[in-house]
Amino acid sequence: MKKEIEQAHEALEYDPNASVKRKAVVPGEIIVEGEDYLPGEGTKRQGENVISTRLGLAEEAGRVVRVIPIFGAFIPRKNNVVIGRIIDITFNGWLVDIDSASNSFLPIDEVPHFINKNEMDQFLDIGDIIAAKIWSIKSKGIDLALKGKGLGRLEGGFIFRIIPSRVPRVIGREGSMINLIKEKTGCNITVGQNGWIWISGTSVENEIKARRAIEFVSEKVHVNGLTEKVEEWFQENEK
Amino acid sequence: MTKEFKRLDGRKYNELRKMTAKVGIIPNADGSALFAFGNTIAIAAVYGPRKLHPQHMQDPSTGVLRCNYDLLSFSVEDRKKPGPSRRSQEISKVTGWSLEPVIDLEAFPNTVIDVQIYILQADAGTRTAGINAASMALAHAGIPMKDLVCSVAVGKLDKDFVVDLTKEEEDFEDGEGATDFAMAKLANSDEFSLLQMDGKISPERIKELLNLVSESSKEIYEVQKKALKEAITHE
Repeated sequence: MKKEIEQAHEALEYDPNASVKRKAVVPGEIIVEGEDYLPGEGTKRQGENVISTRLGLAEEAGRVVRVIPIFGAFIPRKNNVVIGRIIDITFNGWLVDIDSASNSFLPIDEVPHFINKNEMDQFLDIGDIIAAKIWSIKSKGIDLALKGKGLGRLEGGFIFRIIPSRVPRVIGREGSMINLIKEKTGCNITVGQNGWIWISGTSVENEIKARRAIEFVSEKVHVNGLTEKVEEWFQENEK
Repeated sequence: MTKEFKRLDGRKYNELRKMTAKVGIIPNADGSALFAFGNTIAIAAVYGPRKLHPQHMQDPSTGVLRCNYDLLSFSVEDRKKPGPSRRSQEISKVTGWSLEPVIDLEAFPNTVIDVQIYILQADAGTRTAGINAASMALAHAGIPMKDLVCSVAVGKLDKDFVVDLTKEEEDFEDGEGATDFAMAKLANSDEFSLLQMDGKISPERIKELLNLVSESSKEIYEVQKKALKEAITHE
């Protein structure tokens, strides 16, 4: 049963174009009745029914029911790419603020090339912005790593924040939404799962346009066929 | 016993005051809500889950729910001296206890969820309005919960039970004396998470009183649900 739920989750990567019927649910509300359904993320079984445990949009995919959250703080998961700010340097790594409840730490060993321990601030100094991957989550804190494509220090551009629960729709299915925005504005964009977004482009106008497009997407919560809407939005805002 | 009487403001014995609910009133908070019973207005803001300071309060097995309830200085007729009082500390505690059973705190070890409740205008029933607002604000903050909490107070006018007292009714001393019984109930089950009484009620009549609250909390639940769903569709 657990495997089935996991598979359904993989198939259920957020698709802004899918015309799945979604309905708003509040915690404790019965989503579906009967033993035929399996409780997915944001839901649980109570007696014969599947109830919601979060405020959001409920959707069914085959037998699995889940709730897409719409509000809320960032809850870290393994393998999330996040954007953070260096807040301290210790003898064997850096402390990073990623806007989550626990400390996150980037060990020197998780940086892909050699770094002189006496000159760690040459590589990452306090206040620098990095994109990193969550390597492990333990009770004492979160470990980050820089091993991966597109990870490392972010130079130039600017960062801003959106509500973390809206990140999946900004990215879209297999990156469809973010690729569209990148294509239309010609900007480099890194979206952290913690809701921090970094944009760097050839001109300030393009950067601001990309930011406005992302804010447009994150505000449209319950719209189906969002990619088309964004294309329309770009046409309207063409100068 | 006859129930065919009208109260000072024209309500029936089981009629609540006009309820107002709104979600997302504080942009800086992770979740926020306003809830009003007539002239009693409560706002709640939720922050977190976030790191708990001071560190010695952290619990590696579970998260901590920290509630703070207070009346604002201008919410009552005689100015309320700002800052915590014996009364507000007690209500903060019982509010926390009434909300804890629905929240999945074990999902957030070492962290705290801060709930701030402020009363903008007080006309009796402030703790119940505060609990209703806090329950909505927690849902709005995306915290995993198994249910919403609905809260209302029942009192007595002589021998008759009436729900959702106003200040005037609460101060009515004649007959059997003033009684105010604040209760909180989980919306979709028969569990109660707060029972707090001033005054006296005979034990045989408790059941009658709980039924009264169960009926009223259904109305409150509908109001909360509507406001939360509006927050989604109006985004």
